[in-house]
This record gives sequence, structure tokens and C-alpha cells, in this order.
Amino acid sequence: MAEKKGPDGTGETGRGKEHDAEIRDDDLERRRRELGASLATRLPNRLEGKDDAKPVTGYGQAIKLSSEFIAGVVVGAGIGWIIDRMAGTSPWGLIVFLLLGFGAGVLNVMRSAGVVAEFGQGAKPRRDRDDGK
Amino acid sequence: MAADKVDPIHQFHINKLIPIEIGGYDLSFTNSALFMVATVVVAAAFLFLTTSSRSLVPGRLQSVSEMAYEFVGNMLRDAAGTQGMKFFPFVFSLFMFVLVANLLGLFPYFFTVTSHIIVTFGLAALVIGTVVVYGFMKHGLGFLKLFVPHGVPVFLLPLVVLIEVISFVSRPVSLSVRLFANMLAGHITLKVFSGFVVSLSALGAVGVAGSILPLAMAVALTALELLVAFLQAYVFAVLTCMYLNDALHPGH
Repeated sequence: MAEKKGPDGTGETGRGKEHDAEIRDDDLERRRRELGASLATRLPNRLEGKDDAKPVTGYGQAIKLSSEFIAGVVVGAGIGWIIDRMAGTSPWGLIVFLLLGFGAGVLNVMRSAGVVAEFGQGAKPRRDRDDGK
Repeated sequence: MAADKVDPIHQFHINKLIPIEIGGYDLSFTNSALFMVATVVVAAAFLFLTTSSRSLVPGRLQSVSEMAYEFVGNMLRDAAGTQGMKFFPFVFSLFMFVLVANLLGLFPYFFTVTSHIIVTFGLAALVIGTVVVYGFMKHGLGFLKLFVPHGVPVFLLPLVVLIEVISFVSRPVSLSVRLFANMLAGHITLKVFSGFVVSLSALGAVGVAGSILPLAMAVALTALELLVAFLQAYVFAVLTCMYLNDALHPGH
């Protein structure tokens, strides 16, 4: 039985391995392409939105990103404060929702910079917009 | 200009032109209201007068109106699909209002309506209110899928949904803050540099020579402000389109 596993002294194995490698390369290439395609569907389409379709000034970019972040934190703190007022849980609502608002602010900034997917698009590849849904 | 007028914040003061009080509420007609009316009148008159001839081959002004129409139409189609076109009147009015208000604000002694956060927040609240009402009308509770991203582990879901909800609520805030901050900062900068010109030229010949630099800066800033006026109206309209897209297709 061990005989079969050994090399048979011809170029067979070498060629076989090379063939294998070729297949693996092809496979890898295909998977890389697929990954690229699925990443492209998950990332927001840069051409279609926001003001980064045009080269904006650094000043404009700064106001855009900072307003996104500040809005998240302010809204989180506001919700926490209202909950505290209504439920009398001061200061826990404010603390928890301030942290959540911080998270939302970071999410806003990343969304606005085009690093994460838009609302509700998650891991699902984006379908055609006019599919009559 | 008198020396006290150099105060860069002075231009944002609200004056009551016709004091009105109904049921304890102050409903006075202010300079802000006057310029809102002026904005609406200018925008409506421009669009009406330039398109009233309806020539097949448009003249210069008519093609400006048609370009504005095409611009907003394409923006809405790209962002929200052909179904979004039922919101065209809404988005076009918003775009024209913000654009004309920004441009009117560039005239000396004019009041900039969009430099007050309550005005921009009112516009943004209108947008987000439309999105929420239309989303629930069209999809019912399915609209809530907007807050549940796909492929999130169950034990993380409450946290993620809370963050998504806060992120959604913060959208009108960031939308209004962006427009307001741009207009406010731009006008204050412009005023400060123009103030340098006035106070430097009061110092005699050397001051007049030295005031050339801030004068050049003020001219350059005016050009930049013109760009910002267009850009912010565009950004406001584009973001409105994207939010409306969420109302039309929450499952995407």
C-alpha cells in the first residue's frame, strides 16, 4: 500500500503538483474577484450620493464629518435626558444613552465617509432599486 | 459704517417689523420672515417668468430654469429610483428655497434666513417627518426593518438597533447643523475680514495700503461663499433624496 504513495520516478508528480497549483491559483483568483464584487455591493456607491461626488474642500469635509458626529452624541444625550426626566432614573439614562450616542456618532461618521454600508443594507448584496418592491 | 456695526454677529439679529401677538404667542413678522417671503417670491417669480414663454428652443433664462429642473430630477432618479419622482415637487421646492435663501443672503445688508438653526432644523424636520410618515404608510411595520441590519448576532441585536435608531434620529440634526454652520461661519468670516478693511483704513495712508490684503481676502471669500451657497443647497437636496429612498425601500 505504501508503494502507491511514493514517487514513481517520472515527472508525473511534479506536473501534477504544478497542475494543482494552477488550479489553486485560478480558484484564488476567482474567489478574489468574487470578494471584490461582493465588497463593491456592500460599500455605498460613491458616485451616487453625498457631496463626495465632487472634490470638496477640506473645510467642507470637516464640517460634514463633525456635524455627523456631534449630531449622534447630542441626540443620544437628549434621549437619555428625556428618559431620565420621565422615569426618574437620573443619571443612568443619560450615561447609557450618551455612550450609545457616541456609538451612533461614530457610525454616522463612518457611513458618511463611505466605510460601512448604508442603512438597512447590512450583509445583503444590494438589489436593483427599481425591482417594483 | 459706524464702528459699532463692525460687530460680526450683528447681522444675525432678529428685529420685529410688525409685532403680532395671538393667544400669548409671539407671532411677529420679523426680518427673517420678510426674507423668507422674499425668497419664495423671488424663486416663484423667476421660475414662472422664465418659463412662461414656453419656447421650444429655450432662451438663456428659460434654460437656467430647465437646468434646475433636470438637475433635481436626475438627482432624485439616481438616489431613489423612478418611484421617487412622486416626491419631485417637495425636493425641488426645498432645493430652490435653500438655494435662493443662500444667494439672497450674499447681498450686503440682506438677512440670511438659513443662518438660523431653527429655520434649517424646521426644513430637516419636514424631510424626516415625510420619510417616517410615508415609510409607515407604505410599508406598515415593515419600515422598522430599516433599523435591523442583516447578519447581526441575536444577542447584539438590541444594542445595534438602539444605535441605529439614534443614528436615524440624528440625521435631521446633522442635516440642519451642516447648512446652518456653513452659512453662519461663512458670513462671520466675511464680516470679520470686511471689518479689518474698515478699521485699518481709518489709520491713515499706511492703514489704507495695509487694508488691501484683507480686501483681497474678502473678495476671494465672497466667491467661496457663492460656491458654498450652491453646494449646501445641493447637499441638502441630495441627502433628502437619500432619506426618501429609505422610506421607499427600507429593506435594502
